Amino acid sequence: MDKWTFGLTMLLVGTGGTFATLGILSLCIALLGRFFPSHLEAERPSNRNH
Amino acid sequence: MWESVATGLAGLTSGVAYLFSEGLPNVVMMAVGSLLIYLGVRKGVEPLLLVPIGFGCFLVNIPLSDLMESGGLLRTLYQMGIANELFPLLIFVGIGAMTDFTPLLANPKILLLGAAGQTGIFLTLFLALALGFSELEAVSIGIIGACDGPTAIYVTSQYAPQLLGAVSVAAYSYMSLVPIIQPPIMRLFTTSRERTIRMQIARGKVSARTRLLFPLVATCITGLIAPKGLPLMGTIMLGNFMKECGAVARLVNASQNEIANVVTLFLGLAIGGTMEGHAFLKPQTLAIFGLGFVAICVDTAAGILLGKLFCFLSGGKINPLIGAAGISAYPMAARVVQIQGQRYDKKNYLLMHAMGANTGGQIGSVMAASVMLSVLKGMGLI
Repeated sequence: MDKWTFGLTMLLVGTGGTFATLGILSLCIALLGRFFPSHLEAERPSNRNH
Repeated sequence: MWESVATGLAGLTSGVAYLFSEGLPNVVMMAVGSLLIYLGVRKGVEPLLLVPIGFGCFLVNIPLSDLMESGGLLRTLYQMGIANELFPLLIFVGIGAMTDFTPLLANPKILLLGAAGQTGIFLTLFLALALGFSELEAVSIGIIGACDGPTAIYVTSQYAPQLLGAVSVAAYSYMSLVPIIQPPIMRLFTTSRERTIRMQIARGKVSARTRLLFPLVATCITGLIAPKGLPLMGTIMLGNFMKECGAVARLVNASQNEIANVVTLFLGLAIGGTMEGHAFLKPQTLAIFGLGFVAICVDTAAGILLGKLFCFLSGGKINPLIGAAGISAYPMAARVVQIQGQRYDKKNYLLMHAMGANTGGQIGSVMAASVMLSVLKGMGLI
């Protein structure tokens, strides 16, 4: 593989892969927020000792 | 007898003799080491790193000291924690333990700003190839654009150890220069109306369970997609999980303080040890600094441009300036956004949103490195 093919592959797959992974992670965070909303915790008093 | 005295004196003067015969690069690098120490001590530029790096640089350039030879102090530190990537990973545990991801979790879509803030890595890699660097050297130079010292050290120590000194110093120098580099780019790419957009504050929207589960979910997803970067993401998320679980306060405290401090000292000294004059003073070192600068400028511009897109899609509710915080220089980039925002509207508080983008940038930089390493592995280059 020549240098330019390598560079272009890294540019496309690297940028695309980073965006795609962080996009998926962002969706998962949004789902976590849906499954565990903060207002439910506020209603249930915490019994954890610190 | 006199012959023996002369031999003994020669032993005492050999260092000075070397300095005058072939020691010019060492003298220059001792000056560079002194400059790094000065910047750290007097100007407050990343002192925790620049002081040990500068001192290590100073030590290794004193002729005939053997500190970087087998068994020498700096070589031992290098082998202990850089050659095997241990030190940057231990620092990541501390970073994870110090980072509060709540602003990001409250507004997860701004994680994408952290992805845009890594664009410079890949463009710079391309430029480095054009300047004649090898593939793995180009990867290591591009990673300066992550604006993330430990990540840059982790990647470079594995794939281009001969560039470690230059890449590390460039990465840490540019991180500290973010308040100077970013504002002109922020002004160039935004209109005065965009800079004055006020964003709603999202407080108290994240549950403790979300904060607790986030490190596990992030480790799992990113590890499955880019397993070569799992040591990086795994350690930062370990630190964060320990912080959020609330059960291991002593470990969190140690990660944030003792471990991070000791490792930072060792890491800095060992990096300084790689800056021996004859090996460091080459045109390619200047090229690395130039490319690192380009990388950070491109990162900033890309973050702002994505911020503008978000602004457009949200009907003007997102201030594009927060895109500039999508790099990993935490929390400096977020502070720069806050200062720039208030420069145009004194009652505009962008800090929490910028912090979200900035923590996204931390994850983004690690993710970009992980993706890059996994792609390299897929190509069979590592």
